[in-house]
Amino acid sequence: MARTRTNILICGGTGCIASDSEKVQKNLELIVKARGYGDEVKVIKTGCFGFCEQGPIVKIEPDDVFYVRVGPKDAREIVDEHIVKGRIVDRLLYREPEKGKIDKQENIPFYKKQLRIALRNCGLINPEDIYEYIALGGYEALGKALTQMSRDEVIDEIKKSGLRGRGGGGFPTGVKWEITKKQVSDKKFIICNADEGDPGAFMDRSILEGDPHNVLEAMAIGAYAIGANKGIIYIRAEYPLAISRLNTAIKQARELGLLGTGIFGSDFNFDIQIKYGAGAFVCGEETALINSCEGKRGEPNYRPPYPAEEGFWGYPTNVNNVETFANIAPIIIKGSQWFSSIGTEKSKGTKVFALAGKINNVGLVEVPMGTTLREIIFDIGGGIQGGKKFKAVQTGGPSGGVLIEEQLDTPIDYESLTEKGSMMGSGGMIVMDENDNMVKIAKFYLEFTMDESCGRCTPCRIGTKRMYELLCKITDKKGTLNDIDALKQLGSMVKGSSLCGLGQTAPNPIISTMKYFWEEYLGFIQDNEHLSEEGKYKYGH
Amino acid sequence: MTKPAEISVTAPISDNLPKEKFNELSKFIDQMETTDGALIETLHKAQNLFGYLPRDVQLYIARKLGIPGAEVFGVVSFYSYFTTKPRGKHTISVCMGTACFVRGADAIVEYFKEKLSVESNEITEDGLFTLKDVRCIGACGLAPVVMVDDKVYGRVKVEDIDGIINTYSEMKVGKNENKNN
Repeated sequence: MARTRTNILICGGTGCIASDSEKVQKNLELIVKARGYGDEVKVIKTGCFGFCEQGPIVKIEPDDVFYVRVGPKDAREIVDEHIVKGRIVDRLLYREPEKGKIDKQENIPFYKKQLRIALRNCGLINPEDIYEYIALGGYEALGKALTQMSRDEVIDEIKKSGLRGRGGGGFPTGVKWEITKKQVSDKKFIICNADEGDPGAFMDRSILEGDPHNVLEAMAIGAYAIGANKGIIYIRAEYPLAISRLNTAIKQARELGLLGTGIFGSDFNFDIQIKYGAGAFVCGEETALINSCEGKRGEPNYRPPYPAEEGFWGYPTNVNNVETFANIAPIIIKGSQWFSSIGTEKSKGTKVFALAGKINNVGLVEVPMGTTLREIIFDIGGGIQGGKKFKAVQTGGPSGGVLIEEQLDTPIDYESLTEKGSMMGSGGMIVMDENDNMVKIAKFYLEFTMDESCGRCTPCRIGTKRMYELLCKITDKKGTLNDIDALKQLGSMVKGSSLCGLGQTAPNPIISTMKYFWEEYLGFIQDNEHLSEEGKYKYGH
Repeated sequence: MTKPAEISVTAPISDNLPKEKFNELSKFIDQMETTDGALIETLHKAQNLFGYLPRDVQLYIARKLGIPGAEVFGVVSFYSYFTTKPRGKHTISVCMGTACFVRGADAIVEYFKEKLSVESNEITEDGLFTLKDVRCIGACGLAPVVMVDDKVYGRVKVEDIDGIINTYSEMKVGKNENKNN
């Protein structure tokens, strides 16, 4: 067998494919072959590198040279110059605004402050090849759990690690597993929640696209711990690439006996099935998700009973988010002590954020808990686009709130963000600059939650609609001070009386923008002229 | 999005839906291990086949699965992915995720509406385009994003829109077979 001297890694995430990375890959393969290097140079499609702003990304290993914004026509130069002659193609290197060009990935500021646990294999391996995952220690954790650990030991390890739900709830994962394990039932289920509904967030998608086995392995470990034999991945139908990679991964795992009967020679049987969502934000709520898995309307149920007691078809069911699962295998291998040494007192480990909006480096970042917003937005994110002034950042998507300049030095954890009137959420982080009107941002989010309200409970169904109408009235400059008061009251009412998380958090964007940008609400009311220019979006940017 | 009024109980069943597609759908349902909880999967399959979910298809599924038609319609109307209206030859999806919104997607979608004289989720008079606003297609680095069928246009400006529309209108009359991007 010929030994490969050089690997050309090319990003095959949704973002990069949208800018033609598949054509780049094809051209690279053709030219490498034409030059006679087919045996020693391999072109590998990987998952998301995270640096979406600069995509498509091509990385040459072992030289560790990082090319950005590579087009199909650049393939020839990369092969002829870099691969054949060993000369770096200068013009395709990443350019840092102040420091100039940077050739190695490790030197790029975007990557420097990151610590990748959940994303450890994204952009490193070919997600469609199980052997690459195994080569980097994949399925070792499952083997260890099945052959050396009892079910209680697995749960204990996860509990001690301090891992909390990454979907936004922040409930301790080990405790959730323990509750499900304690239920007596002949059947139990484990479900992976991949219904990533927050518009502008793409953490789960990138993990599933870039490292699907990571999630399968963790689901098997969780199933072993709680005593389930069947797993379900509930994924949005809008993620065709993630679905196809998951299907490939499940097939490969079955072929190698890593899913199926008697896994690792134990008496543990486990298999995974994929269920598709159909575009409903509320299905991220676990009881709604379970209803949707059963083929019904995705409306939430009253809790209790919790899914751990009565879930899928009435059996005890454990639901965890994709990113939560992505942390399991490293905890089993490296131990809970290692994991709990990272992060803050109450929030351990790392968190993945999808950084987007008016920021220079749009992309996916993973940082230790306790990193400040300033570090994420300015050091990693490269600051605000076009040298504009930072105004606010929305975390937690439509359920979260805005944070302002004075709060940028808050170390991120579940508690600190909630305390400041926002929330961790699933990890969407939208940055806004001085040109954004915050009332309109609140209106945008309310339109979303109003649309997505399932209609089951009255406060949310009617409350979100009325709040949206009031916001429209205000932004149309027909509002009065009474309307602002009504909006405020309605907000706290909907928050306090809705059935599920969607309604309980829907008023957050209004409440937090009112808190910090009160004068912008007033601006629509007292002074008709003042905001007319700024309030109107000009075509283009 | 979908109003119950669109489905009439008394209207005759139209026969302009291809029989082969019903047969394929029937085969798909027959080879399932269990039809318990399989309604959403079946609807996905049906929408793939027919392009949309007209009343007759919904009723067919209801009978085949042995559940009330109302239950099928309840699920169809709940999920935004399912549509009861036929689609145009090309689907223009304007991303209205937050990342695209703060980079000006609202102006883009307004211009499309004006240009094509349709609202969201409507089909143009000539049947060529369906305009949709979608929630995040996941290419936030390229915001604002417009997708025509499977082709993604990134960092779209309002000035680019005429060009995009023309590319596809001209394809119809055969003036220009090549997509220019």
